[in-house]
Amino acid sequence: MKLSLGPLLYYWDSERVNAFYDAIAQSPVDIVYLGETVCSRRHLLRLDDWLEVARKLSDAGKEVVLSTQTLIESESDLKTLRKITANPNFRVEANDMGAVRLLANRVPFVAGPTLNIYNPQTLQLLAGMGATRWVMPVEMSAAALADMQQSRPDGMETEVFAYGRLPLAFSARCFTARHHNLQKDDCQFRCLDYENGLTLKTREGQPFLTLNGIQTQSARVYNLLGDFEELRASGVDVVRVSPQAYHSERILHLFRETLEQRLPPGLALSQMEKLMPERPCNGYWHGKPGLDFIPQPALAKSA
Amino acid sequence: MQPETRKFELVCPAGSLPALKTAVDNGADCVYMGFRDDTNARNFTGLNFDLNNAREGVRYAHAKGKKALLALNTYPQTSGWQRWTSAIDNAAELGMDAVILADPGLMQYAAKTHPQLRLHLSVQGSATNYEAINFYHEHFGIQRAVVPRVLALAQVEQLMSKTQVEIELFGFGGLCVMVEGRCALSSYATGDSPNTCGVCSPPKAVRWQETPNGLESRLNGILIDRYGKDENTGYPTLCKGRFDVAGETYYAIEEPTSLNTLELLPELMRMGVAAIKIEGRQRSPAYVAQVTKVWREAIDACRRNREQFAVKPAWMNELGKVSEGQQQTLGAYYRPWK
Repeated sequence: MKLSLGPLLYYWDSERVNAFYDAIAQSPVDIVYLGETVCSRRHLLRLDDWLEVARKLSDAGKEVVLSTQTLIESESDLKTLRKITANPNFRVEANDMGAVRLLANRVPFVAGPTLNIYNPQTLQLLAGMGATRWVMPVEMSAAALADMQQSRPDGMETEVFAYGRLPLAFSARCFTARHHNLQKDDCQFRCLDYENGLTLKTREGQPFLTLNGIQTQSARVYNLLGDFEELRASGVDVVRVSPQAYHSERILHLFRETLEQRLPPGLALSQMEKLMPERPCNGYWHGKPGLDFIPQPALAKSA
Repeated sequence: MQPETRKFELVCPAGSLPALKTAVDNGADCVYMGFRDDTNARNFTGLNFDLNNAREGVRYAHAKGKKALLALNTYPQTSGWQRWTSAIDNAAELGMDAVILADPGLMQYAAKTHPQLRLHLSVQGSATNYEAINFYHEHFGIQRAVVPRVLALAQVEQLMSKTQVEIELFGFGGLCVMVEGRCALSSYATGDSPNTCGVCSPPKAVRWQETPNGLESRLNGILIDRYGKDENTGYPTLCKGRFDVAGETYYAIEEPTSLNTLELLPELMRMGVAAIKIEGRQRSPAYVAQVTKVWREAIDACRRNREQFAVKPAWMNELGKVSEGQQQTLGAYYRPWK
């Protein structure tokens, strides 16, 4: 099983991004997904800057994949998309069918989590177009995944989002700008102020969602570390950790230790508790509401 | 390029046989409907069609020279593939004029098994650019795409210049602020989402509670809104509640409001939009009658004289009565809304 780091979903300044990936180059991660997937207004790193980061990580022995923007609306979005899909050096994660059109039957690609692959027929179809890895939709359960795995096409790798605030929704509207009574076209790049996104609570103080520009995430942190044995048994090839403002390397390290069976999942999970910006959840994996947290009985005792 | 003289179809919701007949009688060019299960995105108890009702609905529409479309716009789950393919087979057998699909695997099945069946790309397919739309056209021959309610009008026009696929836009009704097909907020809170179960903020998860603080609406226990004595209440769709962000309580995602694009009609016709869609299969036949009637009148008036077209206050009044929270918006078509 391999360990991946998903694309950075927040907007940080370039110095911080570069420092972050310098550290990631030294971390125990196998695959790194790079690029701006949320908002085309986030421009502190241009595509060429991302490619520079990609080269550094590649030199450090990491497999680098360039992730495409999820919501593609304008011709300029498409221009960037074409540059990414035409790059000769790195594999691409397609997060929109527009990206698939540009990659299909040309180069192998990764079918990203927003392509809505919910059944074996669609997975087979994408395999026929050149997908060599697919990332399961975040709301898919372990039971559904088991069905998918049974008829998985030859040579297809399966990746599961296993740690981080869940990217749940995308909009035309920017909720961070809205919070500041700004229009999206004049957002003053307020996302820069929220390194882990902006928490939305219910009126009785329950952290519920996270506003991240045009993206809405869960407030809770999806964490499948406690479900690791089931993940392993289901034949998942890659587990994905989503970057956060602090402790990402430490989290990757704990996943690596668990993956290599040097640390029991229960212990790793308890060590991770203080590294998470919010309480954990794993409901989706268990076929329940995503925000639920179902402790593994065995782990609950040992932890 | 889209010729601007093409048809401009009014596509109306039919959650039941009475609603379907009402839509046809009040001037719909097309009605869209779903079967009584999770193959469609309005999977609510008491709604939708069994085979007999569907047959009668298609017969009724065709007898009056109108079209019947079948919404099969959820994503087949691993455990029920056959439910979705049977629905396609039934649509072909019933003589539906088109099926509205979101799932590529299902499109492939439809294109192979029933090559004569016309395919529309559902809004749940999340196609917001011409590369995506052309992908579905090349691989499955889709002839029309319903575009998510996230694009500005200029973006729609730009997209239309780069595809031969007909474009259908939402004109009126409940407003999704998220890209359709890319929103899992409902399953995060309740376990069921549009993609997987054909529902958003499902009624079975809703609880109303009178408290000393006011009337509260909850979704699977999560407080969505709390109303003062004189406030209008609304269905607790989770993106339309009032929440606390950094100490400020407001509609952090979207107000309870309906999309209404009546004033854009001349522009939409000029652009060559093929069809305008009215949301609301979950609404009553009375809603369908009122909305269909107003839109029929407006479209006919605009056709007669596009330059002189003006929205009649009476139309806005009628639509206002059936709008969510009695509020209306142009949504993303009007860029500053974003």
